[in-house]
Amino acid sequence: MSDTDHGPLIPRNRDAHPPAYDIDYKTSVPRSPRWSLLSMESTPSEETGPRFGHSLLGEWDNNLIMNWTRGKSPAVGERILVHGRVLDENGRPVPDTLVEIWQANAGGRYRHKKDTYFAPLDPNFGGCGRTITDENGYYEFLTIRPGAYPWPNRANDWRPMHIHFSIFGHSFGQRLISQMYFEGDPLINHCPIAATIKDRSQLDTLVAPLDFSKSRPLDFLAYKFDIVLRGRRQTMFENKLEGM
Amino acid sequence: MVQKLDTLIETPSQTAGPYVHIGCMPTYAGNAGAYDQEIGESPIADGAKGEIIEITGEVIDGTGWALRDAMLESWQADAAGKFPGSDGADPAVNGFCRFAADAETGKFTLRTVKPGAVPARGGVMQAPHISIWIVARGINVGLQSRIYFEDEDNSADPLLNRIEQKNRVETLIAKKTGEGQYAFNVVLQGENETVFLDI
Ligand SMILES: [Fe+3]
Repeated sequence: MSDTDHGPLIPRNRDAHPPAYDIDYKTSVPRSPRWSLLSMESTPSEETGPRFGHSLLGEWDNNLIMNWTRGKSPAVGERILVHGRVLDENGRPVPDTLVEIWQANAGGRYRHKKDTYFAPLDPNFGGCGRTITDENGYYEFLTIRPGAYPWPNRANDWRPMHIHFSIFGHSFGQRLISQMYFEGDPLINHCPIAATIKDRSQLDTLVAPLDFSKSRPLDFLAYKFDIVLRGRRQTMFENKLEGM
Repeated sequence: MVQKLDTLIETPSQTAGPYVHIGCMPTYAGNAGAYDQEIGESPIADGAKGEIIEITGEVIDGTGWALRDAMLESWQADAAGKFPGSDGADPAVNGFCRFAADAETGKFTLRTVKPGAVPARGGVMQAPHISIWIVARGINVGLQSRIYFEDEDNSADPLLNRIEQKNRVETLIAKKTGEGQYAFNVVLQGENETVFLDI
């Protein structure tokens, strides 16, 4: 437990998130609950959660250019570094937390039996990576820029270039899955999934800017993507848990 | 204008999409070997103390169709009600599992140890339960819920008692179907819609 791991979780600000039902994202129509969520203060069941040690990680886990071939042969595509920090709502870093990503290859094709897009698989690209944040909440991945791809929704919908992110934090109630988009991608403004987020300033927090400070000349460009997880409410008057 | 708050706003959720298994369960996605060791393969190791149970079910949409692409996660205490990582917790219980609806049948199975009762604030005890989190294509924010057990005393559980419509409490209670066997469906929408949590 770090000093940020005490107190009840700050209730989720549901205005920051997409509503469950969005008619333009057709699959959400039959998969969205109709009744209200049951809101309650967090309990130990949400305030604790799985922890993963750095020993979990293999040598290539955060290098998607090389991890599918275990260092033998690089994936095709524009080489990029994606980096940032995991913070909580109080602005404190979240150290030692697992960050997992998955993405399409440079042509917009996933290594998955259900993906039948014409773009070919890259024999040197698997499409998943993971890492654990350092003591300052910092993480980085080396990967290739994923291609945009079409998907069956409305007659001609395309996903902007994106990387899927899964983050744990230190408690099960912080669990979050989201997507990172790329600065300047015109498809963001046409995507029904991006548009499930109704507050434009919130959608903008998913768009990673180009970051020359971390780019390595003659090697890769960098994009910065910070992630904010739920924080803990801490007051001088907080009731202590009994039996804990 | 007013003063500026120091707090940040949580990163907004986006759907896990149809390919969540590539990133979270590579072997299930057909990409075995992506990692030497995948996480969440089992919440227990051999020798876990307590009753070993199996919970089976489906994630069902508003039309009655079982999702084939849902991914679930569970988190729970050990048989004595201690969360993994806390003092005196059973070292054979890591408490976390990832499991998926079968791509052909839509059925999922969670094999674990039955958890003990755990405290809430103010000295109140919560009935034994497993926390679950469900993501899939079409789910914009991961859905939190809980699995309780019909053969436990749930009468004083603070969460179940917050549910006004007592008929909806049943949606959180796994039915015993045999020795160590339970059935629990997640219904996303419609009749018998599961109670989802904002907690
Ligand atoms: Fe995608």
